[in-house]
Amino acid sequence: MSRISRRRLLRNAAGAALGWVAASVARRAGAVERFVRESPWIRAKPYWGYAIDLTKCIGCARCVDACKTENDVMRRPFYFRTWIERYVIRRNGGVEVESPNGGLDAFGRPAEPKTILKTFFVPKMCNHCENSPCIQVCPVGASYKTVDGTVQVDRRYCIGCRYCIQACPYGSRYFNPVTRTADKCTLCYHRITKGLRPACVEVCPTGTRIFGDLSDPGSPVSRFIRENAVQVLRPEMGTRPKLVYKGLDREVR
Amino acid sequence: MDELFRQLTAALGQVQGFIYPNEVELQWSILIVVYPYVTGLVAGAFILASLERVFNVKAVRPTYRLSLLTALAFLLVAALPLQLHLGHPERSFEIFFTPNPGSAMAMFGFVYAWYLMAVLLLEIWLEYRPQIVRWAASEPWWPKRLAYRLMTLGVDDVSPEALALDDRVGRAITVIGLPSAVLLHGYVGFIFGSVKANAWWSTPLMPVIFLFSAMASGIAAVLLLYMLLSRLRGEKPDMACLDTIGKYFLTAVILAFSLEMLETIQKIYEAKEHMDILALLVQGRLFYSMVLIQVCLGSLAPIVLLGVVQMIDLPGRARRAIYAVCGILSLVGIFAMRWNVVIGGQFYSKSLLGFTAYKVGLAGREGLLSAVGVLILPFILLAGLLYLLLPWGARKPRE
Repeated sequence: MSRISRRRLLRNAAGAALGWVAASVARRAGAVERFVRESPWIRAKPYWGYAIDLTKCIGCARCVDACKTENDVMRRPFYFRTWIERYVIRRNGGVEVESPNGGLDAFGRPAEPKTILKTFFVPKMCNHCENSPCIQVCPVGASYKTVDGTVQVDRRYCIGCRYCIQACPYGSRYFNPVTRTADKCTLCYHRITKGLRPACVEVCPTGTRIFGDLSDPGSPVSRFIRENAVQVLRPEMGTRPKLVYKGLDREVR
Repeated sequence: MDELFRQLTAALGQVQGFIYPNEVELQWSILIVVYPYVTGLVAGAFILASLERVFNVKAVRPTYRLSLLTALAFLLVAALPLQLHLGHPERSFEIFFTPNPGSAMAMFGFVYAWYLMAVLLLEIWLEYRPQIVRWAASEPWWPKRLAYRLMTLGVDDVSPEALALDDRVGRAITVIGLPSAVLLHGYVGFIFGSVKANAWWSTPLMPVIFLFSAMASGIAAVLLLYMLLSRLRGEKPDMACLDTIGKYFLTAVILAFSLEMLETIQKIYEAKEHMDILALLVQGRLFYSMVLIQVCLGSLAPIVLLGVVQMIDLPGRARRAIYAVCGILSLVGIFAMRWNVVIGGQFYSKSLLGFTAYKVGLAGREGLLSAVGVLILPFILLAGLLYLLLPWGARKPRE
């Protein structure tokens, strides 16, 4: 091959590369116009959602109990698919949080009642994130999202590396010592796919927990989200939880 | 399981502040501290070997083969702590067969296999090939002769042309191997650095920090092994070699330490919401292992001592003593660093309101004994490798 033809080859290659870069830059420049976040439930029906009205929770923990019974969760104080936290905010800004046995054991009477600014309960569970870090990190795909939007663990497939437990910002997962796999709230998938509500929603005496189909504007959860200002836990994580809260205090983590 | 519940009940009693109820159990045990430590030694030892091969640092030639064999011995063990840690070790092959391409961890198998098969074994084979061919013909004891015969892989051409080709291919493999070693360990850092839920881990600097501390630990390990083996063989170690390694060692320690401090200062200065709990973590549960062992003994002391060697003209004996002390300090300090990352990152609650506790059990699959076993095993393998593949006195330095 002569020198000139090699030079020409290089020049043509460089020209082609430059053209390709220019074309991709031009294409990217238009991307901003496509920035419309479309909800996944536009296409998938049903698409399950969940809401918690913190102004109604009385901390009775019937949900925690029902969950453990319904899903055969170990009755040890280290494994919870849902739990209740009690926040006590003091007048001096102090914050005390408790969740004795996930709320199943009685919350003690807070000390020095006169120094209390406010107290409230916060039920927690898997947020069934749209963009869930637990699914992202699972090396074998044992954590997955169902077509109807819930996040599940395939315990026949999970290798038990516990990476998903590390990746969940909400502490919603635990390592099940019996199955030796990751475990978490299934949103009572065995119930909701048969038209029933999750056990925690079923037993809640105050209507704190609201469940339903996000794709149906008439469902309880859709109405609740429409009629109330709702927040999510740790929005900065970019996980886009499908569990929303009403009345979330700034101190709640 | 009763033992687990006893441990968890004890940990529950030691919880400070508030943690999410599922956080009592610390998920990644001491075995996951050992894992990045061992892979770090692999990467570090290999990078030291590459100095000679890729960058033509002739002075480190006496440690070239030892570095490669050390890297291999540790690499063979690297996956063991992970395997021991899994809830279902029998399903681990799923990582290869049905990997989740979005998962950093799923890539481990591929990076590991690539590095072991395509880089390390091949490079060692090419380096030793002429000798293996010779040993296969001359070894008197038949089992060993058979081992050498197998190791030739049926190739016994040792003509000058064949050897020249070996050398070219070997160099090409090292050139590929260097980024592979970087990838292997940088990737281990990424496993932690990419967990956004954990502020102690989540930083893009994590892979780079892991890499430079890996270099420091790998260099320290080879340096110590070289001095020890020389002594066992009744020979004086090559001082030019030790001094050169000492310089690279110092560089690696300074880089690793600077990056760690950069990350710490950045965290303190940014003072995000997790700063308070992280400060408490360092002042409390991690004070000894981090401030004392990792920073003072594992980083500052070697920097000062190795710096003294650079600045003052010390006699050979004193230099050797300093290298040995720094090597040990660095190996201990970097183990502490892995501990502080892996265990430290799990001590504090993601609620940022409290701490859990962790006590390493003695027995059990994830106990202290199995961690120590995993750390001793590479040395047994290395002894076997050294027995089969004598690293010294074989070939003159490459021209």
